[in-house]
Amino acid sequence: MIEPLGKDLLGLEPLSGDQIRLILDTAEPFKEISERAIKKVPTLRGSTIVNLFFEASTRTRVSFEFAEKRLSADTVNVASSGSSVSKGETLVDTARNLEAMRIDMVVIRHGASGAAQFLAERIESNVINAGDGTHEHPTQGLLDLLTLRDHFGKLEGLKVCICGDVLHSRVARSNIWGLKKMGAEVGVCGPRSLLPNCIDEMGVTVFSRVEDAIQWADALNVLRLQLERMHAGYIPSLREYNRVFGISSERLARAPKDLLILHPGPMNRGVEIDSDVADGPHSVILNQVTNGVAVRMAVLYLLAGGKPELADAAKGGGGR
Amino acid sequence: MTRDAQSGMLLLRGGRIIDPSQNIDEVGDVLLSGGVVEATGRLGEIRREGNELREIDCAGRVVSPGFVDVHCHLREPGREEVETIASGARAAAAGGFTAVCAMPNTDPVTDNQAAVGFVISQARRAGAARVYPIGAISIGEKGETLAEFGEMVGAGAVAVSDDGKPVVSAQLMRTALEYARTFGIPVADHCEEPTLAAGGAMNEGMVSARLGLRGIPAEAEEIMAIRDILLARLTGGHIHLCHMSTKGSVELIRWGKERGINVTAEVCPHHLSLTEEAIGAYDTNAKMNPPLRTASDVEALQEAVKDGTIDVIATDHAPHHYDEKEREFADAPNGIVGLETALSVNLTWLVHRGIISLPLLVERMACAPARLFNLPGGSLRKGALADVTVFDPDAQWTVDASRFRSKGRNTPYQGQALRGIVQLTVVGGRVIHERGA
Repeated sequence: MIEPLGKDLLGLEPLSGDQIRLILDTAEPFKEISERAIKKVPTLRGSTIVNLFFEASTRTRVSFEFAEKRLSADTVNVASSGSSVSKGETLVDTARNLEAMRIDMVVIRHGASGAAQFLAERIESNVINAGDGTHEHPTQGLLDLLTLRDHFGKLEGLKVCICGDVLHSRVARSNIWGLKKMGAEVGVCGPRSLLPNCIDEMGVTVFSRVEDAIQWADALNVLRLQLERMHAGYIPSLREYNRVFGISSERLARAPKDLLILHPGPMNRGVEIDSDVADGPHSVILNQVTNGVAVRMAVLYLLAGGKPELADAAKGGGGR
Repeated sequence: MTRDAQSGMLLLRGGRIIDPSQNIDEVGDVLLSGGVVEATGRLGEIRREGNELREIDCAGRVVSPGFVDVHCHLREPGREEVETIASGARAAAAGGFTAVCAMPNTDPVTDNQAAVGFVISQARRAGAARVYPIGAISIGEKGETLAEFGEMVGAGAVAVSDDGKPVVSAQLMRTALEYARTFGIPVADHCEEPTLAAGGAMNEGMVSARLGLRGIPAEAEEIMAIRDILLARLTGGHIHLCHMSTKGSVELIRWGKERGINVTAEVCPHHLSLTEEAIGAYDTNAKMNPPLRTASDVEALQEAVKDGTIDVIATDHAPHHYDEKEREFADAPNGIVGLETALSVNLTWLVHRGIISLPLLVERMACAPARLFNLPGGSLRKGALADVTVFDPDAQWTVDASRFRSKGRNTPYQGQALRGIVQLTVVGGRVIHERGA
């Protein structure tokens, strides 16, 4: 018997391999809904979900919104630039006010690590972390896992290298925990100034040279290199970053096998990834986006109390 | 009440008298009269000679010189909703402290003689624990212009510090050490290399990597600690290193002391008892600066308290409003309250686990702090100030922050069962705290 997911999805670190597998398996039948002419099932009819976004996001917010709407939930988007503190209302007050309007779930994106946890401890609604600071982005991790599993058929024994700014990346953390729990081997590659100091204790293989990572890996998950990192002095220039760590077709050509290329987006073409790689035959970047909707539908369904074995039937009808 | 202090006599009967300043650890009586210690030992019948005499049975309790905290934040003036000198002094009394040193990072900063005088007059009005002001090193704690140490000392300041902020300029620190030497006061520094620590919310390591919080490396403290030690060597001034938190700092202090450099150091109860794991799932009540570190740091600090590398245990009592801590971890302010849990935390983690003896704890909490900061007290010698703490070292209690005398409720020990209860706190022969009274 697999332990239920509980009230919230805050990260992949607290989940077991079985729980992660359950979400991925539950996502499978949901993929098909998005391929229909009428992309809607009544599974979450009557549920109210608030998408609470304190940071700018297009892809993740739209993906959640599609997932919610395709399950027939009523959704409200609350976007707020800057932190709650600068707005004058605290995060907890914002959430309690929303909850007083009788909602069922909150999807939160916030610039502070731990913001989703903070909220989850203080409201009764289900909380889904859509990215908190530099902590975790669990649904991104899940959709990356699903995309890898689609391609390779399994995750166990797979060698996946996360390339780039691991230090500031919530995507990297969710990937590291998720991949390890599913039995994959994890590598990281990037300048040491963008890797956590204790990276060697995290049970991953560290590559200082991207050429070595390419020799080792089955798949590369290329992280976005944010311009702010250069301004903050972590790296001297984006130009040098591209020359030393950029994923180019020239570099990939020297790999012993074809590498699958993932990127959580949005991409900086010509910085961490070259366009011919991003648009090339081994890129699954758009498959990731498609899978994102299915994975989020699965998470919404499971947190709402849906039975995993009924997920297939849920496509056709039924309620919460 | 003043009558007590003037003419009343207080007889503390049959307690275990622990006074490391005289190497005393024996069962006996302590007689306080006229605001000073009259006699200790087996005193038998005391003749009243017309004076009022109150006798208190202290059997099974420890009677020691009153505790002295060389590092606390009382928030007044400026943040009276968080703490006042009066509420802080009452919290101190409840924790067995007969005297505390108030850090100058108030608003406005205690950086001149008038501000020092204000702290003293508020403390006198409160009539609880004694409060000794610490003056700022620099005007406004801005790290630029030296404050007027001479006038502040004249008004009653006992040390100088820009605590809360490090003294970034080595030249300013050098001058401060030299100038303070003129007046025989220590310079207390908050050791933090600001560019390394910038934006940090907790110890840098595996836990910060996992939680996605920006870390403060141990080296941010150690770089400033060794700079200060070297400047003390250069100047002959007395550097007092505040709230040491790392194993590396302990090694550097040991290095300095072995060479006869005039360095002293303090450690806080939380750094002797908790690790970074106490943050758990972003508990802001475990957020302070310097941050909680690792188990090997805790072990090294405990060893340093034992072998004297670290001279004193100080609270760094830092009350914050509930709302300030009830927010995202990175945005929450640093600091926890400590006056009312210090003794129990030290007893629970150090004494009852056999790391140090009771007399050594009294030395670190009462005698050494008074000696280092040249304060009266810290001894039960005949004629010494009648500042006495009576406590039951074994009694167990459960921390309930809602019952603190401090206005602050921000403690990582909430709900924990600790050992050691203060029974009586006496300042100048006057009872300022009595359990159950």
